[in-house]
Amino acid sequence: MDRYTFEKRLFGVLRWMVITVLVVVTLFPFCYMLLLSVRPIEEVLANPGGIWAGPSEWTIETYREVLTPADAGGQGFLRLLANSALVSAAATVLTLLVSIPGSYAVSRLRFTGRRQVHFLFLAVYLFPSILLAIPLFVLFTRLGLRGSLAGLTIVYIAQTVPVSIYMLRNYLSTIPESLEEAAAVDGYTRLQIIRKVVLPLAAPAVMANALYVFMIAWNEFLFALLFLVEDRADWTVSLGLAQLSGGIEVSKTVLMAGSVVLTLPIVIIFFAAERLLTEGLTAGADKG
Amino acid sequence: MVTTHEPRPAEAQERRRRPTGPRRPLTRKQRENRAGLVYLSPTLIVVIVVVILPILWTVMLAFQRIRLINVRRAGVFGQYTLANLELVVTSPGFWSSLWTTLVYTVGSTALSVLFGLIAALALRGRFRGRTLVRASVLLPYVAPVVAVTFVWEILLSPQFGLANNWGTRFLGWDQPIAFLSQRQYTFSLLGLDVDLPMALLTVIAFEAWRYFPFAFLFLLARLQAVPGELEEAALVDGAAPSQTFRRILLPQLAPVIALLCVLRFIMTFNKFDDVYLLTGGGAGTGVVSVRVYEFLTARFDIGAAAAQALVLAAGLVVVLVIYLRFFAPRIEGEEA
Repeated sequence: MDRYTFEKRLFGVLRWMVITVLVVVTLFPFCYMLLLSVRPIEEVLANPGGIWAGPSEWTIETYREVLTPADAGGQGFLRLLANSALVSAAATVLTLLVSIPGSYAVSRLRFTGRRQVHFLFLAVYLFPSILLAIPLFVLFTRLGLRGSLAGLTIVYIAQTVPVSIYMLRNYLSTIPESLEEAAAVDGYTRLQIIRKVVLPLAAPAVMANALYVFMIAWNEFLFALLFLVEDRADWTVSLGLAQLSGGIEVSKTVLMAGSVVLTLPIVIIFFAAERLLTEGLTAGADKG
Repeated sequence: MVTTHEPRPAEAQERRRRPTGPRRPLTRKQRENRAGLVYLSPTLIVVIVVVILPILWTVMLAFQRIRLINVRRAGVFGQYTLANLELVVTSPGFWSSLWTTLVYTVGSTALSVLFGLIAALALRGRFRGRTLVRASVLLPYVAPVVAVTFVWEILLSPQFGLANNWGTRFLGWDQPIAFLSQRQYTFSLLGLDVDLPMALLTVIAFEAWRYFPFAFLFLLARLQAVPGELEEAALVDGAAPSQTFRRILLPQLAPVIALLCVLRFIMTFNKFDDVYLLTGGGAGTGVVSVRVYEFLTARFDIGAAAAQALVLAAGLVVVLVIYLRFFAPRIEGEEA
């Protein structure tokens, strides 16, 4: 057998092994999370090595504990879900409102300082958020914005705008400028062109971008921890879950139910829009 | 970076017209200039107010003795001092935390890019269910960090974790391993005792697991852009798959790999959430960002936290400069 055939066969086998390992390694923790969350805690303690419990034993008690309001003895995650949804949705809408005109300017208009702006966004994107945490912590304490969801939303906008502009700009540069020129000849103003020509064409990219920003805001932990930790009513789900683990009397099946509640919206969004998102994320990557 | 800025046709035209043409209130270029700045102004305002000014303020805070209680006194004309830096540098565990951060960052970066490369090569060709597999591989990257750290914690727990349970049952471990809370794990291999920094290795493994999809995405996109003729030509010449990879694919991927290494390095160097949630910075995983957080929230020592954060940023800049200066003439050339 020559080297070619040998390697062809070897890598053919290896490839399937790698694929299997990848799927198991990436999916297993999530399956385990889900399975653990529906097992009764007594059963888990009696049999810690088991993964599967029969459907007859499944319980939704854990979810009930996580979702019941805090004054009724539960963990009040419904409230936290509402907070997270509110902050993430607001951050998404506002980020797009800021970044759509911004990305149009960067991709279409030649203005002084265009190159510098580009560099600025890259720097902001790569800038460590832990460094930003200190002055924002101090500033928001002084302004009385710490402990408010509005303050947190502002931070999320600032953190996502550069990425958002970068992604949108890459997409906009693929739309032929002649379309806009034609519209301009027809007497459209620049704003009309953006609304009636550019936005409809860029709809997939805008959508992908919105989902991406939503996911970043939904998953964020550091700033939620720094800004909101004092008042339980304002917690986001991520923060609520992290605080839950500090409580001693909370069983780990309840923790897993909380994790499922936190993860599920993201997984749904992700699988619904997987194509959009992967293409949006890597747009322009192959040019490097 | 030196680039020659070619005058675009419109600009060139403008330039030619200006001396001779009649004076108009606003040229096309001026209008465009104005519109550009107007459209960009919301972005610039947000970025300047919430990012740029706070950064400058961090630098000022780092050189003033300030705690949260007396923060009202802090101003541009405060008393500047090097006391914070002195306090941070002489505080116990400063150098070891820098070293930990470096090990953590290099390990996580290298492993996540390596696994991403392997995954991209394996998932390159078409097969049934590829879209589903590709989506599930991306899950660790998109899932909320709090949820995934909890699953890992529970899986690795020494009391009731699945890993230890199966390890003792099937792999013959004598006793459970405290993956996340044990600083040193002595491992006997052929009579030699090897000390492993257990918790740090676990955190690195977690980072590799969580971020290999990021590398995978970019590498897969680049792989699919490699022209098919290159590989066909190699095939005709009788190249084996490993030769095709080394001589054809790797050179094509090299710029992306270099870029990914830089990106992941920068992002991991400052990473806070993952380590904080997994170990709380204990058991030899005290990276600098967790120390910044502790200065800030446990002692409300804003000056010291800012100084520590500056040290982190400076460390990052130094490493990047070394990298760009000595190891990456390639990407500079690519990007220019």
